[in-house]
Amino acid sequence: MLLTSNKAVLTVTNLSAWVFWGLLLGLSGVSFNVGAETAEEKGLAIATEAKKRDLGWGDSQSTLKMVLRNAAGQESMREIRNKTLEVRNDGDKSLNIFDYPRDVKGTAFLSFSHPIGSDDQWLYLPALKRVKRIASRNKSGPFVGSEFAYEDLSSFEVEKYTYKFLREEACQLGSCFVIEQFPVDKYSGYTRQITWIDTVEYRIWKTEFYDRKNSLLKTLSMTGYKQYLNQYWRATGMEMVNHQNKKVTTLTWNDYQFRTGLTDADFNKNTLKRAK
Amino acid sequence: MINYFYLIVCFLVVTVASSKVNAIELSGNVEVEWSAYQRDGQFPGQGYQSNLSLSIEPEWYWQWNGGSDRLVFIPFLRGDEHDAERSHGDIRELSWVHVGEKWEFRTGFRKVFWGVTEFNHLVDIINQTDSVDSFDGEEKLGQPMLNISRVTDWGIVDAFVLVGFRERTFAGAEGRLRGRLVADTDRANYESTDEEKHIDYALRWSHSVGVFDVGLYWFDGTDRNPILQTQADNGVTRLIPFYQQVTQVGVDLQATIDSWLWKLEAIQKDSRQDDYLASQVGVEYTLYGLNSTATDVGILVEYGWDERDYTADNTFQNDIFLGFRFTLNDPKDSALLISAGYDADFYTKSLLVEASTRFNDYWTIALEGVFVESRNVADPAAVLVDDDRLQLTVKRYF
Repeated sequence: MLLTSNKAVLTVTNLSAWVFWGLLLGLSGVSFNVGAETAEEKGLAIATEAKKRDLGWGDSQSTLKMVLRNAAGQESMREIRNKTLEVRNDGDKSLNIFDYPRDVKGTAFLSFSHPIGSDDQWLYLPALKRVKRIASRNKSGPFVGSEFAYEDLSSFEVEKYTYKFLREEACQLGSCFVIEQFPVDKYSGYTRQITWIDTVEYRIWKTEFYDRKNSLLKTLSMTGYKQYLNQYWRATGMEMVNHQNKKVTTLTWNDYQFRTGLTDADFNKNTLKRAK
Repeated sequence: MINYFYLIVCFLVVTVASSKVNAIELSGNVEVEWSAYQRDGQFPGQGYQSNLSLSIEPEWYWQWNGGSDRLVFIPFLRGDEHDAERSHGDIRELSWVHVGEKWEFRTGFRKVFWGVTEFNHLVDIINQTDSVDSFDGEEKLGQPMLNISRVTDWGIVDAFVLVGFRERTFAGAEGRLRGRLVADTDRANYESTDEEKHIDYALRWSHSVGVFDVGLYWFDGTDRNPILQTQADNGVTRLIPFYQQVTQVGVDLQATIDSWLWKLEAIQKDSRQDDYLASQVGVEYTLYGLNSTATDVGILVEYGWDERDYTADNTFQNDIFLGFRFTLNDPKDSALLISAGYDADFYTKSLLVEASTRFNDYWTIALEGVFVESRNVADPAAVLVDDDRLQLTVKRYF
C-alpha cells in the first residue's frame, strides 16, 4: 500500500529544443503546428515522466496514522507501519502492520502488486496464527473501512490507465497540468479520475474520482510535500473526502526512511508472520 | 516437558538479562463471556441455562538486536462459573525467535496453524486442541518445539522437533457441549512407552506460485486426537483417552482466481489400527459491494469426507457446509457469519451464527449462536441437541 504521491507527471518540455525549433521557424518563416501531439499522447507523456522521476528510490519505511470521520463527526483511528520495496518492471511489494486499534494489533498485510490483473495479497491473523491468501480482484473495495479503496493505495504504474491531457492551470503548487485518467482494469470502481500535477516537480496536488455512474465520488488532496534523497517527493498529509456519503479519511505519514536495506527476502509469509 | 519448560525460561532470562533490551511491550485482553442455553443439558451436572466465564490473556513482547531476537510470553487464565475443568490456565506462547538472513530459529511453546478451509482444520496437527475452552476446535494449546524455518526460491521449509506432548482438554461433568461421558484426563494411556515425553517430528514445505498456495507435510509422532475408551470403575463408566502413534502426510492447496478461492485439504493417516484418507474441499466466492454498499458477501461451500465413513471418529466424515459471510467494511470492522452444516450419514443439521463488531478503540463485542438438530442417537453430534445456545462475548483490549 504505497501511496505513491507523485502519481503523475509531465511533458517532456525540453527548453533548448524549443529554442532551437523556434529559431529555425523564425528564420524559415514557416508555420509549424505545435499541436501535433494529441491530448492522449500528452497525457501519457506526463504520466510516463512522473513515473520516471519516481524511479530508483529502492525501498522505504514509514508510519501512517489514519483518521476516519463520519458525517456526524465521529472519529476512529488506525495506526499502521509500512514497508515497501520498489520492484522494477512490476508493481511494488509492501508489508503493512497494524498497531492500533488494539484488537487488530499485529494483523499484517502482504501485497505484491501488478500493473495489470490481480495483486497477490496475504493477510496474517495473529490470534489464529493464520496466513490467508485473499482474493484481490476487488480493487474498488474500502481499505479497513476508510474512504480509500485498495486501488487508491496501490503503487502507480503507467499501464494502469489511459490518459488525456485537459489543460494547464494555476493550483496550490503553482501551475498544474490537469489530466484525465481512465482505468484499464474493468474491475476498477471508477470511470475516470481527474488529476492535478504540478508542472515543475510533477507532484499530485488533487485527484477527483468519478464512480461507475460517472458522478463525482471523492476528492483526494495532498499537503505537506517533503523531498527525500534530493529527488523523491512524498506528501505528509492526504485527505479523502467522499461527496456522496460525507465521510472523510485523513492520512498522516511520518518517519519516512528511504533505502533502509529492505530486499525481496523481507517480503514473504515468514516475514508476514513475525511482522508485529 | 516441564524440564524443557524450565530450560527455556532460564535460557530466556539469561539472554534477556545479558542483552540490551530495546523494547518491552505489554498488551492483551480481558474477556467476559455469557452463555444462555435454551434448555438444561441432557446429562447429570448440566442442569443450568446460564453460564458466566471470565478470562485474561496478556502478552509480553520483547525484542532486541534490532528485532533479530524476539521473545513473546502469552499466558492464559479462565475462570468458569460451572465447569471446574474449564477453569484452567495455559501457556499459549512462551517462545524465542531468532531471525537470520534466510532462516529463522523458533523455540519454546508456540502455536502453528496450517490449512485453508474454514469449517474443519483437517491438516492442522502441530498443536493440541483446547476443547474445554471452545467446542469448535478453534482454540489450541501451546506446543513445546524447536523449529527451523528456511526461505528459499522454491518455497519455505519448516523442520520441527516437538519435545513433549500435551493432552487434549475436555469439558468436566458440569460442562456443556460435551460427550455423554466425562473424559478422565488424569488417566490417559499411550501407545508409546515414552508416553507424554515422546518426541515428535514434522517437516513441511510450502510455496506460492502464481494463483496457487500449496503446503505439503509429513508428521511422525503422537496423534493429537485421542481414541476415547470406556472403562468401568467402581460402577462408574469413564472415558479414558488413548493416544496412539501415527505417521501422517497432508496437503493443503488454495487457488485464488479472481473472486474465487478453491480449497483442498487432505491427509493420509497411518497407525497400528488404521490407515485412511480424509479430506475437506471447498470453494469461497465473494460478491463485492452488495446493493452498492461497502458490504461484501462471501459464499462458502465445503465438503468433509473420511474414507472410514460413519465409523470414523471424525465428526465431518460425510458432511456438507454452506456459509454466508457478510463483511461490512465499516470503521467498526463489523462482520456476520451464518453457516449451516448437514451430516449426510446421520442427517444431523447444525446452524452457527457469529456476529462481531468494535465498540470503540478498546472494546469489542461478539455474539455466537449454536443450534444442533439430530434424531439419530448414533451420531456423535446427538449429545449436543439440548445445548443450543447464544453466547455473548465482550472483550477489553489493553
